Amino acid sequence: MSLERRLRDRGRKLLMPYVTGGITDDWTGYLRSFAAAGADAIELGLPFSDPTLDGATIQEASDAALARGATAHGILAEIDGLGLDVPLVASTYYNLVLRDGTSAFCAALRQAGIAGLIVPDLPLEEAGELAEAAAATGIDLVLLASPSTPSPRLYEIARRSRGFVYAVSRMGTTGERAALAESAGALAERIKQVGDLPVLLGFGISTPEQAVEAARRADGVVVGAAIMRRILDGAGPDDVGTYVTALRRALDQESDERR
Amino acid sequence: MKDLAERGRFGDYGGLFVPESLVAACREVEGAFREARSDPGFRERLETLLALHVGRPTPLTPAPRLSAELGVTLLLKREDLTHTGSHKINNVLGQALLATRMGRTRLIAETGAGMHGVAVATGAALLGLRATVFMGERDVERQALNVFRMRMLGAEVVTVGAGSRTLKDATSEAMRHWVSATEEAYYCVGSVVGPTPYPWMVREFQRVIGDEARGQCAGALASAVPDYVVACVGGGSNAAGTFAGFVDTAARLVGVEAEGGAGASRGRLGVLHGFRSLFLQDEHGQITEAHSIAAGLDYPGVGPEHAYLRDLGRARYVTVSDEEVVGAAVRLARTEGIVPALESAHAIAWVIRAAVAGELPPGATVLITLSGRGDKDMSTLKELV
Repeated sequence: MSLERRLRDRGRKLLMPYVTGGITDDWTGYLRSFAAAGADAIELGLPFSDPTLDGATIQEASDAALARGATAHGILAEIDGLGLDVPLVASTYYNLVLRDGTSAFCAALRQAGIAGLIVPDLPLEEAGELAEAAAATGIDLVLLASPSTPSPRLYEIARRSRGFVYAVSRMGTTGERAALAESAGALAERIKQVGDLPVLLGFGISTPEQAVEAARRADGVVVGAAIMRRILDGAGPDDVGTYVTALRRALDQESDERR
Repeated sequence: MKDLAERGRFGDYGGLFVPESLVAACREVEGAFREARSDPGFRERLETLLALHVGRPTPLTPAPRLSAELGVTLLLKREDLTHTGSHKINNVLGQALLATRMGRTRLIAETGAGMHGVAVATGAALLGLRATVFMGERDVERQALNVFRMRMLGAEVVTVGAGSRTLKDATSEAMRHWVSATEEAYYCVGSVVGPTPYPWMVREFQRVIGDEARGQCAGALASAVPDYVVACVGGGSNAAGTFAGFVDTAARLVGVEAEGGAGASRGRLGVLHGFRSLFLQDEHGQITEAHSIAAGLDYPGVGPEHAYLRDLGRARYVTVSDEEVVGAAVRLARTEGIVPALESAHAIAWVIRAAVAGELPPGATVLITLSGRGDKDMSTLKELV
């Protein structure tokens, strides 16, 4: 089943927590705890040495994972056979994709049971080759939209993205912020006007309140740095699971109230 | 040869590999540059600044004593004599003028050795802009004098403690900062790297080196064109500017890289900092750290045009060791009375090696771009000489 179908079938506001693969010895425990806490999809970061769109937290997490010897193929081998019932969406920078070649990389993702792929340094004009390889392999290549994306281009992104559209809530890097950017809701609505795919808002969403606020105008949220901050501070799968559960409840309560 | 650069591609290399949030900003820079380069008023303003502020044209200096020792004829293109002491200022003034034309009030830049940072601080002061310069912690230590120069000129210097704490990380941080500041700030890339239009634009602003040298060689050499044209390559801007003046001649083009930072010689296809080119990386696709005695060459990749010229066989890329570089700097100082930047000394070092090895035929004419002066390297050299 396609990633889009699986997301739509949840019938609720979507929650996609993020974890940097290989961050600890027992990092796959975080995947299990996310699934148990009600994640609708999980973003799995394959760490890169030079993550130019990431703020301090994800940079630190990437460095820590690489220092532990994490590699893209090692991470994929560890998730093989985990039997999670939640779709996994890999995210990484294009250099790692090119290292294998687009087709081989997508095939490796597919082999490990990954459903989708996010490549933040691959905009529309460069995405052709990977989009083709992904489509041929059955991997959904998720495109990103940003507050600075003009409308005709937004239409093109919504048309060519697969699975969902990743809406970057603000002009900046990943990382926790005190408040959700004003640009977030407006962007989500603009994307929904030009396409049918689910829209997930990410960047700077770290509290249940922010998640609820973001989900009012989008189909769901991505939470990354707030989770990685906890993990870097020593939180294990259970602790982080409690936090994801809080996000889940906040999103569900909001939906119930609006019903 | 149709200039592929205008389309943002050099064969398989170049491109626009930036986050969606930077696409509009890059497109805006590209549009503004296309407009500016065909505007006689813009070109005139730039030429005036280059003449009156930078001191162009820079001389083409013969090097008679070193030439006699090596049995070849050396000509030095003296970018070390520009205001601020390196070729970086040529590009910075072009981009700073473009930034004011675009209504931006602040320049963002990365710097390795600090020469680009100093040039940016200078251009910003000259045009009434603010400047924020990102510099790796290790380079801040190695190049303390340039840090002070930038601050003296009113620039803010941000120390980058991430990763290898050198130029690569300073570049990443400058890009991250730009994402949050595209409305008011202009990213002034210092080399022929980055997303389109930067590799093309920076080369166009640096081609003044090659264009001047071409004319000067025509006056200085019976053959009009030298047999060899040699320049050091980190990202590759002084080489790109120099080569641009000779790519349509029979001159052999040689780019000299640091042994520990040889993107063109030892890199593999990859994408970093917005462009597709050759990068030093491990078997897993992680970018590896460059190591060189010259902070300005500590970059793990090479500009896309150099990767392309290499593939075409039009230019050749070679490496020299730190020891050869120090020896070459001392030798040029003591034979010609010129202390080159350690970056520029890479070009000298290869010429010395090639002449001694008989690779340069006796009497060969060799143009070397001396991209900068060595004042900034005194504390490094003090320990070694």
